[in-house]
Amino acid sequence: MSSQPTEATERNTDGISRRDVFARIGLLLNGLAVAVLATPVVGYVLSPILRGERGRYKSWVSLGELDEFPEGQTRLAKFQNPISSTWDGDTDHIPCWVRRISGEQFQVFAINCAHLGCPVRWFAQSGLFMCPCHGGVYYQDGSRASGPPPRGLFEYAYKVENGKLLIETGQLPTLSTSAKLETGSRGCQG
Amino acid sequence: MSRLKQIGDWFGARLQIGPAIRESMGHRVPSKSASWWYVFGSAALTVFILQVFTGILLAIIYVPSAAEAWNSLQYLNHSVTLGWFLRGVHGWGSNFMCALVLMHMCQVILFGAYKFPRELTWIVGVFLLLLTLGMAFTGQVLRFDQDAYWGLGIGASIVGRVPLIGAFMVHMLLGGPIIAGDTLSRFFAIHVFVIPGLLFGLLSLHLLMVLKLGINDWPMPGRIVRRSTYLKEYHELTQKDGVPFVPEAVWKDMFFSAMIIVSVMVCAVFFGPFGPSGYPDPTIIQTVPKPDFFFRWLYAMLALLPPGIETPLLLIGPVIGIGFLILLPFISGEGEKSWRRRPIAVVTLLLTAVSLGTFTQLASYSPWSPVMDGWSGDPVPVEYLNGRSPLERQGALVFQVKQCRNCHSIGGSGGKRGPELDRVATILTHDQLVRQVLQGGGNMPAYGKNLNPAEVTALISFLKTLHPPGRPPARDASQAAGQQAAANPGSDR
Repeated sequence: MSSQPTEATERNTDGISRRDVFARIGLLLNGLAVAVLATPVVGYVLSPILRGERGRYKSWVSLGELDEFPEGQTRLAKFQNPISSTWDGDTDHIPCWVRRISGEQFQVFAINCAHLGCPVRWFAQSGLFMCPCHGGVYYQDGSRASGPPPRGLFEYAYKVENGKLLIETGQLPTLSTSAKLETGSRGCQG
Repeated sequence: MSRLKQIGDWFGARLQIGPAIRESMGHRVPSKSASWWYVFGSAALTVFILQVFTGILLAIIYVPSAAEAWNSLQYLNHSVTLGWFLRGVHGWGSNFMCALVLMHMCQVILFGAYKFPRELTWIVGVFLLLLTLGMAFTGQVLRFDQDAYWGLGIGASIVGRVPLIGAFMVHMLLGGPIIAGDTLSRFFAIHVFVIPGLLFGLLSLHLLMVLKLGINDWPMPGRIVRRSTYLKEYHELTQKDGVPFVPEAVWKDMFFSAMIIVSVMVCAVFFGPFGPSGYPDPTIIQTVPKPDFFFRWLYAMLALLPPGIETPLLLIGPVIGIGFLILLPFISGEGEKSWRRRPIAVVTLLLTAVSLGTFTQLASYSPWSPVMDGWSGDPVPVEYLNGRSPLERQGALVFQVKQCRNCHSIGGSGGKRGPELDRVATILTHDQLVRQVLQGGGNMPAYGKNLNPAEVTALISFLKTLHPPGRPPARDASQAAGQQAAANPGSDR
């Protein structure tokens, strides 16, 4: 856009100089380069989502021998999260509550309160789970008893194999990231 | 001396910034604006610079790894020379910065400083507030302890409530399926690179606009802001009744900033650094997570919101709140600036401050949470057992063992989730007590399945002793006649 007289001679009838055209082509080239660069960057940034697609965050994990869970009792069990890394420290050691109703009939509850994820504690004497954060309380079957939780405790899918109790787990349960993997459900269940 | 001037001139000739600096320093501000009320912004800037320096110093020791962060903080606290002090200054600096930014904002609202032509300065300021709070939250995460771990769980649970893309957002927030190594790494990047970068950029814009548009004139009742005339009036004011910023106004800024820095250091020395609290191992569930001071109000609101409206309020509330702040200068961009003539602004500000203060105060003792060790830690007061029958004492035992105490206080200790029960016998009749215990209701769980008939009988007989001496127990007027009849033989319930 220079107003020097020498430039004016190069202008065509539209008043656009050769250099204006070059500048625009330069801009376009940079735009293209950024677009090409952006694709892998976006993929990299979205990797927490892409890696977990189609339930890939979840797998079956053993909680131990059946004998460790006496009938009619609710006990704290711990497992190593199936997706973990060496720099996780102890944060990939996840607790859960195992209620053995009878025989091979279980309920395995996530430790995380359905309200906002704090660790619920089991009180065997009163048969209640209580949350220390905002006062959520659940009955022994995980159903909501009182307080702000919008639903009962999250439950893991379980199965018994070779005398061991296995649960399907892998991600922090929230209202949209389920504890159990509903096979054949919508994709965003993660 | 002339040698020094020569060196100065050499740089001046090359940098060419001397005139700009002299102009900034000497720019005229309205004499009344050279006031102690105008020192909060510069103090916030001073603390920000303090945070940058102490942050860099901490980063040369801190290990941003979920496995090592907590240990490196212990190392900073106990082994590195004056590491505890640096952590203290950084932690208290964070609190001071939040407080100063909020005070600055209140002053700007009260003085109508967001009005024309300073709308954009205000909007940038709103983002600076959000970024400051973002620094406070991510900073708490870097203190990778149990509070940080479960605080992240709360953050994930909140974004998990977003419809449709909630699961994606949870995984993006955590950097993976659970709170773990990748989570801390990304919060480190956000705390150390992303938000400080944005803060630097927006702060520069904010300051540039303050310089270019001039500091807000002292609001006078009746001096109306009009888009057509304001700029001319402001210019005349600074010419007629203006003083150069340096030194007429700046000395107050400098005094206040120095006082703030000293205060931060005094707090760091006397109160020490924040945490870290317990080791971040989620299998240690004997923990009562609490957020840092400037998020306590939110913690209280999350406990007290009715469950039915919690999700909409959590997701829409911030949009409305932030949207309102951004739109404020367009809603009232002209008119009176003085707080004496803006009752709605003053009342809104006071109401907001009182609400946030009340929520923060409530969060300090969180009456909504069961006291997890109330049943095992708080004994039944002796006077509630003296002279009682064996059945009543058995009831007191049931009261403790069944964790009633976690939610109900007697004798001044125990949970505050439910009502205190020192006078319960004067409020509920025998039948009402039985019904309440067995069926629950009014936010109390039903205990029907976890008490056998003998335990219920004992518990109720204990509860019926809970009334002040001389006060009669509650009675059901409708059954009074029946009870009289019951005294007579032949009538059985």
